[in-house]
Amino acid sequence: MNPHLRASGSAYFLTKDTSEIERHTLSVLVDNEPGILARIAGLFSARGFNIDSLTVSETEHEKGLSRITVVTVASPKVLSQIKLQLERLIPVHKVHDLTAEGKALERELALVKVAGAGENRVETLRLAEAFRAQVVDASTESFVFEITGKPSKIEQFISLMVPLGLVEVVRTGLVAISRGPEGM
Amino acid sequence: MAEKMTGAEIVIQALKDQGVEHIFGYPGGAVLPIYDAIFQQDKLEHILVRHEQGATHMAEGYARSTGKVGVVLVTSGPGATNAVTGLTDALLDSIPMVCLTGQVPTPLIGSDAFQECDTVGITRNCTKHNYLVKQVDELAQTIHEAFYIAASGRPGPVVIDIPKDVQFALGTYFKPTSQTDHQSYRPQTEGDLGAINEAVELMLNAQRPVFYTGGGVINAGPKASELLRELVELTGFPVTSTLMGLGAFPASDEKWLGMLGMHGTYEANLAMHDCDLMINIGARFDDRITGRIDAFSPNSTKVHVDIDPSSINKNVICDLPIIGDCEHVLEEMVRIWRTKTNAPRTDEIKPWLTKIADWKSVDCLRYEPSTDVIKPQFAIERLAEAVKDRDVYITTEVGQHQMWAAQYFPFEKPNRFMTSGGLGTMGYGLPAAVGVQVAHRDALVIDIAGEASVQMTMQEFSTAVQFRLPIKVFILNNEYMGMVRQWQELLHGSRYSQSYSQSIPDFVKLAEAMGGRGIRVEDPEKLDAAIAEMLDYDGPVLFDCRVSKQENCLPMIPSGKAHNEMILPDTADIGNIIDEKGKSLV
Ligand SMILES: Cc1cc2nc3c(=O)[nH]c(=O)nc-3n(C[C@H](O)[C@H](O)[C@H](O)COP(=O)(O)OP(=O)(O)OC[C@H]3O[C@@H](n4cnc5c(N)ncnc54)[C@H](O)[C@@H]3O)c2cc1C
Ligand SMILES: Cc1ncc(C[n+]2csc(CCOP(=O)(O)OP(=O)(O)O)c2C)c(N)n1
Ligand SMILES: [Mg+2]
Repeated sequence: MNPHLRASGSAYFLTKDTSEIERHTLSVLVDNEPGILARIAGLFSARGFNIDSLTVSETEHEKGLSRITVVTVASPKVLSQIKLQLERLIPVHKVHDLTAEGKALERELALVKVAGAGENRVETLRLAEAFRAQVVDASTESFVFEITGKPSKIEQFISLMVPLGLVEVVRTGLVAISRGPEGM
Repeated sequence: MAEKMTGAEIVIQALKDQGVEHIFGYPGGAVLPIYDAIFQQDKLEHILVRHEQGATHMAEGYARSTGKVGVVLVTSGPGATNAVTGLTDALLDSIPMVCLTGQVPTPLIGSDAFQECDTVGITRNCTKHNYLVKQVDELAQTIHEAFYIAASGRPGPVVIDIPKDVQFALGTYFKPTSQTDHQSYRPQTEGDLGAINEAVELMLNAQRPVFYTGGGVINAGPKASELLRELVELTGFPVTSTLMGLGAFPASDEKWLGMLGMHGTYEANLAMHDCDLMINIGARFDDRITGRIDAFSPNSTKVHVDIDPSSINKNVICDLPIIGDCEHVLEEMVRIWRTKTNAPRTDEIKPWLTKIADWKSVDCLRYEPSTDVIKPQFAIERLAEAVKDRDVYITTEVGQHQMWAAQYFPFEKPNRFMTSGGLGTMGYGLPAAVGVQVAHRDALVIDIAGEASVQMTMQEFSTAVQFRLPIKVFILNNEYMGMVRQWQELLHGSRYSQSYSQSIPDFVKLAEAMGGRGIRVEDPEKLDAAIAEMLDYDGPVLFDCRVSKQENCLPMIPSGKAHNEMILPDTADIGNIIDEKGKSLV
């Protein structure tokens, strides 16, 4: 007798990943070569991984190395795949999950343009000072501030600028480094 | 003292120094300097294909049957895009390949020049790695590195895009040097001894063990297959394998359970489902194997040996990962096992072996014999019988015939079965057979084909004629895209939308027109004689074997079902098996 003739309440094998989703910051040490960014970004899109933020810049010129900081949101199982898949790329030297390894230092820089006159200008400057934002450009009707800090601080500053005449914002995305004496 | 030569000469010299003897390729504007360099030497044999996809599958067949890297040479633009299917195929099946592509001269890159395409962009996600070489002095080292990357660790295809001006430029040639000190690429080949010890301990205590082996054993080389045989002998455990691993363990051994998975045997799948210890050696828990993940082997401890860390826990969470090369890990397992015991555990696991014997007695591969029409299963059995004393290599296309080949052809040695498993590329088998035959001139090379698949890369038959490669294309002609028809029967109320093979060419005339031999057989009584005629003919043959048209490939685990819910051959009507939920998710 064929087992399939028995009733089965089966679903297909697309079992949903029900585990909690977490935000993690990864630091990736790579060869600074043409196409490296496309390789990393292509991996994320091809495998359906999320990128919340991605920054890249050369960090060790003589060795031709760049450091990429990626912020991603995923379940623990997918996070482990992201790390392992990144490590498979030939120009990738190391991948560190800074979030998993302990509290990392995370910083971002933003340039914030605000236009206005009268009372608003005074209030804008007062807030900028409280947030330690520097004035890097000024005209009679505008300021450009440079602010660094945790993304939450930058977000708070930006939201305060909205009613005061926020024109536009550019942000670098997150860079992160581990605390303590050890390097990557 | 390093030598000065042109980029094109560097390419040829580097290939020679890498031990390359054959290149599969097709010329064009952007690779003419390299073709000129090929013309002026006679160490490398160039196999001129009819379509670049053919070159890639030939290189795959060549690589899989020899363990060497397959080499492809194509021009820019359409040459490169035609190679994409084969590159992807090689990536999914872990086949070592180096593909050289011509590119427009560096100053023209990005200008939409004639026959320009973004080859590195297009192939980035379908290669293990790729390069655009802009400096002639980097060419030699890039080629050497490409060979190392293609062949080591988990093998795969590597593309090297070479602009035409770089091929003309004078540069320095560097001989190959050891690549093992590569800065960022260091595959781990030696498994952790602690973990291997633990695995042996689990094996010594298992009541219902099974070896689940895969393509990784083939990738690791013939020694790994020998060690696998030794370990099975020592332990007395039953063995099953994926499609990609067939031949690593001999089908004639009594411990062989047959292939597992969607079209695997009843005994293999039930053993996987009910085991208490699963020892995965070089297989990747593909979805054709696991079916429903939540019902996959629910009560087993899983050991997973794989050279690629990303294969671990990708689909199935395993209890004991061992990252390393199959050969090394198997060698250690054998060694450690020997220090523990000399007797196989046959007696201790007797109840398990008895249970397996019961499952075997279900005889899941039986089929209704016929005297009026050739059954495809029968055709493969007769073919296997006719070639059993020959040195034979089998390739396949994709479809029912592929699964029948896996089920009914007994593979005894590794590297003898070339098939497109991961990508499932129709049109793979004929060119792959050409590639195999190039590497093994005196062997018997047979492509077990379907009438639909074979039409995808049919033109390479002409390549076989040109290079006197006596491949045998054994077409199981059921006048249907049988595998598609079967799924339509299963899921779509037997509405055979576009799956009938209309206007099939007269394969006999076609073979003759191309300069080979065509043979047709319809009568089961005449099958043996026709096969003998095919084998006797000293040249390429298209063998048009007319088989029953609506045969289904069974057993089968339908979608939405677990391993212990498979369809066996006594099911007359497969149309009502999958419930609505399963259908929507196929
Ligand atoms: C129509 C159709 C039906 C199919 N039905 C089935 C079926 O019923 N059953 C079936 O089995 N397959 C079937 N397949 C094939 C299936 O799709 C997969 O290709 C196949 O199961 C994968 O085999 P594998 O797990 O051995 O992995 P492979 O693709 O061969 O991968 C090898 C694994 O081993 C690792 N590895 C590589 N080299 C080494 C080394 N030196 N040392 C250690 N590890 C190494 C790799 O990292 C990888 O994880 C079917 C395909 C088609 C087209
Ligand atoms: C290039 C490509 N296109 C489509 C498919 C989907 N497909 C899988 S099997 C199959 C039919 C194969 O027919 P045939 O070669 O006659 O083999 P049969 O199943 O009849 O033995 C098709 C269309 C595929 N695997 N590859
Ligand atoms: Mg067919």
